[in-house]
Amino acid sequence: MGYFLQQLINGLTLGMVYGLIAIGYTMVYGIIGMINFAHGEIFMIGAFVSIITFLLLGILGVTWIPLALLIVLIVTMVLTSAYGWTLERVAYRPLRGSTRLAPLITAIGMSIFFQNYVMLLQGARVRPMQPLITGGFHFFKHSNFVVTLSYLQIFIVVLTVVLMLVFTYLISHTALGRAQRACEQDLKMASLVGIDVNRTISMTFIIGSALASVAGLMFLLNYGVIDFYIGFVAGIKAFTAAVLGGIGSLPGAMLGGLAIGLIEAFWSGYFTVEYKDVAAFAILVLVLIFRPTGMLGKPDVEKV
Amino acid sequence: MALSTPGASNASSSRPFDTVAALKESAVVAAMVFVLAIGLLGFHIEDVTGGLELVTRFDAVAVAVVLGFCGRLALIALREGRPLPVVLTAGPIGLALIAVLLYVQISGDQGAVRWLPFGSVVMDWVVGIAVIGFALRALLGIWRSTDMRSAEERDAAMDRFGAQVQRVARVLGPFLLGFAVILPFLPGVDRRLLDIGTLVLTYVMLGWGLNIVVGLAGLLDLGYVAFYAVGAYSYALLATHFGLSFWVCLPFAGIMSAFAGILLGFPVLRLRGDYLAIVTLGFGEMIRIILLNWYQFTNGPDGISGIPRPSFFGLPFKHYAAEGVTTFHQFFGLPFAPIHRIMFLYYVILVMALITNLVTLRIRKLPIGRGWEALREDEIACRSLGINPRNTKLTAFAMGAMFGGFGGAFFATRLGFISPESFTFIESAVILAIVVLGGMGSQIGVVFGAVLLIGLPEMFRELSQYRMLAFGAAMVTIMVWRPRGLLAHREPTLRLGEPPPPATAKGAE
Amino acid sequence: MNAPAQATPEEAPPLLTVEHLTMRFGGLVAVDDVSFSARSDHITAIIGPNGAGKTTVFNCLTGFYKPTSGRLSVEHPRNGRLLLERMEGYLIPRRAGVARTFQNIRLFAAMSVLENLVVAQHNRLMRASGFTVLGLLGAPVYRRAEQRAVERARYWLDRIGLTASADMNAGNLPYGAQRRLEIARAMCIDPILLCLDEPAAGLNPRESAELNELILYIRDQEEVGVLLIEHDMSVVMQISDHIVVLDYGRKISDGSPKQVRHDPAVIRAYLGEEEGEEERPAATEQPD
Repeated sequence: MGYFLQQLINGLTLGMVYGLIAIGYTMVYGIIGMINFAHGEIFMIGAFVSIITFLLLGILGVTWIPLALLIVLIVTMVLTSAYGWTLERVAYRPLRGSTRLAPLITAIGMSIFFQNYVMLLQGARVRPMQPLITGGFHFFKHSNFVVTLSYLQIFIVVLTVVLMLVFTYLISHTALGRAQRACEQDLKMASLVGIDVNRTISMTFIIGSALASVAGLMFLLNYGVIDFYIGFVAGIKAFTAAVLGGIGSLPGAMLGGLAIGLIEAFWSGYFTVEYKDVAAFAILVLVLIFRPTGMLGKPDVEKV
Repeated sequence: MALSTPGASNASSSRPFDTVAALKESAVVAAMVFVLAIGLLGFHIEDVTGGLELVTRFDAVAVAVVLGFCGRLALIALREGRPLPVVLTAGPIGLALIAVLLYVQISGDQGAVRWLPFGSVVMDWVVGIAVIGFALRALLGIWRSTDMRSAEERDAAMDRFGAQVQRVARVLGPFLLGFAVILPFLPGVDRRLLDIGTLVLTYVMLGWGLNIVVGLAGLLDLGYVAFYAVGAYSYALLATHFGLSFWVCLPFAGIMSAFAGILLGFPVLRLRGDYLAIVTLGFGEMIRIILLNWYQFTNGPDGISGIPRPSFFGLPFKHYAAEGVTTFHQFFGLPFAPIHRIMFLYYVILVMALITNLVTLRIRKLPIGRGWEALREDEIACRSLGINPRNTKLTAFAMGAMFGGFGGAFFATRLGFISPESFTFIESAVILAIVVLGGMGSQIGVVFGAVLLIGLPEMFRELSQYRMLAFGAAMVTIMVWRPRGLLAHREPTLRLGEPPPPATAKGAE
Repeated sequence: MNAPAQATPEEAPPLLTVEHLTMRFGGLVAVDDVSFSARSDHITAIIGPNGAGKTTVFNCLTGFYKPTSGRLSVEHPRNGRLLLERMEGYLIPRRAGVARTFQNIRLFAAMSVLENLVVAQHNRLMRASGFTVLGLLGAPVYRRAEQRAVERARYWLDRIGLTASADMNAGNLPYGAQRRLEIARAMCIDPILLCLDEPAAGLNPRESAELNELILYIRDQEEVGVLLIEHDMSVVMQISDHIVVLDYGRKISDGSPKQVRHDPAVIRAYLGEEEGEEERPAATEQPD
């Protein structure tokens, strides 16, 4: 029972991380109909920027953890969004009118570029960091498996919920959100009624990247080690989450993320660890075959 | 933000050059570069005992910012039709830089390195070439005074260029082939060059195989490495467990891969575009993870070693053979040289690649080939003509996979050892890049792509850590510049009339 | 000129029989209990205001939608009576001989005009090529089959006046030529029923007249039944033998052009409640 609860907690926490990345995928897909293949690398860059900022703050003598977290959060979001913005301008915007294949190739190219860019600049070895937030609540202290709900996990959940609330408000109540929804429906028409399509798309990338960078920060805090390759696998899983939840649906992305996180936690907890990634891919395949619109997506009727 | 897009209005040097606006735009770009660079370039994490340390590299950031500013300014100047200042500034700087670099290279005088802006020679070369590139582009602008044409015009021009190259290729092809045949015997061609040649040919064959799936049938396959792996492991297991020779196992490898192609093709029949790409990528990864973890069957990360090398129709390439077995060199009365086997492998892959090419060219003219292309153009229309989309797609997957399997078997026999590490997603990406950058559906384009993406980096082995970085950058740059690939052009497979003569630029307006 | 076929009533079962066809999309009923039949020597037109469900009927007939309920049967001279509502999409053209064109032309744009016509003969050529194997070996049986396919393509190219453009990419043809090519391509599968979805959309009067000629030719010389959706009344009234009128998914009229023209229900559907308006047969409706 305790073990089950622990996996549940771990899975939900992991799921939040995936969910944040998945939102970026689903937003970009909704607005320009493309999978941002390099989004996983944005997550990875976020993690690296976070660790560097932490180290810098340590050197500068900022040791009060809540302040450090806040600063790192802001810095990470800003710097990583810059990468997301650049990604869109360099690899996607010039190819907006052309075939499906071209942006996919540039996306893969940017993904490879970012991975190697970070690898060359920061070294190929894994980067460990001391755990910053330690301790937590312990349940079932007297049974043979003590369930731990760490402060870190609480922090992750709270932060994610706050971001989701801010973000949902943004989408439903602001002009930007309306512009985004208009662009999702019909890009050409949106530009004809005076919406600055370029700016809207850029903002979409920026917001998606900011969220992914927060996920990177959480990943860093949670696992303590990062390397330049974490973006690849996390990216695939987050994309699976986005599809599972229904591509184009934001609550779906978070829901899908939670689902994938739980599945992964339970799979590695009760079966094997080695094949947990296979589980994620297998889910992706099954969802796309049997229910391509995902849990909350809208069914797409083929217009002939 | 007034950043330009392609297709901007024609250069009009009659318009006054708005220096302030140009400087502002460049400053914005420079600021952006600063933001990008400060985090990851400005600080470097060092492992020291007891933890991590930060090392600053603000000089590199400063250089990046300056480059960003100047580069943007140069681009604006070119866009506004003011190439002359660019030539006058970029030219001398670039020439000076290259001169110093060449001096260092040739004379070996390392003291002169302090004249270079970067500590890393590679960066100096890259910047030097980039600056020269700007100067040349500007020079072209002065001479031709044309620039940004619209996207359609560029597409049509590229199509004509591709058509011309294809026509030339008909004549050039036999020459290239002849060159490839005599390559091992040319003076100065050592084992290393032959290895590069073999590697390039392997990727050419894989590219032609993937071309069937992506170029002809229009199915975005990002997991092609899976078939490569199936072929390699099939051959390796059959050879090491049953002692069968390469030639006997080769068809089996192809059949196993074709089977895998059908198996992997079934679930993705209804998927389109990006979804298909991601799922096939997932399949490729799944295969790799399974190979990595299924220890009993595949030896896991240890891989399979001791894979027998091919023999020359029964004559092994060994120095000393077992009792009663004649070796290759004994049979032909030649002194033993390890290069014999290398040359033989080279010819084997050359023949395999040629067969792939011939089969593909033939199949295009057959109904199945046309069916693939029709499927790529419009699947709904295909259905309305009674074409079975499922079988057509599966056939494409199977054929492409089969050639991938042949390539994999060759890979296994060439190295004598395989492990799951050789079959990562990057391989699929490289092969796809070769197909797309060369120009989808174009046979000669694949050759060009393979030479560019495999041959060149291998020649410059010293820069191997920058290889993947350059590879990613090249993918982006080439696709943005030529979205349809470098040599894309499609010749109809059936003609009612006479083909146009080579001299005419064929452009149907 | 429209010479209505001399119908010998009940001589042969109709080529196509639609019985109680209903198509629902979630809560929306696009087609509601529509029944009609089409004869093989007739040109049958389905008309109606926008949103009446005409293309939905087509899509049900040609396998792009699975009807919610109803029966669609085709009398095939060789294969007997076939039910379309259960057949797989690509088998409908193949086995039931039902070909179609599309509202937004769907040619194979990057392939040449000739190739478009030859691809249509895919199935016959596949068999002749021994499912590729014989073709790879260059067997003469395949080469002869390909020759015949090209001849058939040439026949249709002459019919639609595109012989000179045979090697041009289909995507580069002018609009009217693309429409004709799509019809010719559909004919290359040797259908018994040809379904045309707004073939006259976007054509000028001269092109419409040429289209009429082509459709009449198909009915008379090729002996293929024609079912067409159209808004252009000059086409509909001049060449149809039989008209079915839909409105809001239901059939509101069914008969000869003359009958339909004077049917008050039709007039009401097109022109609203104003009665006393005389027939307006020559009015060319705005295409969609």
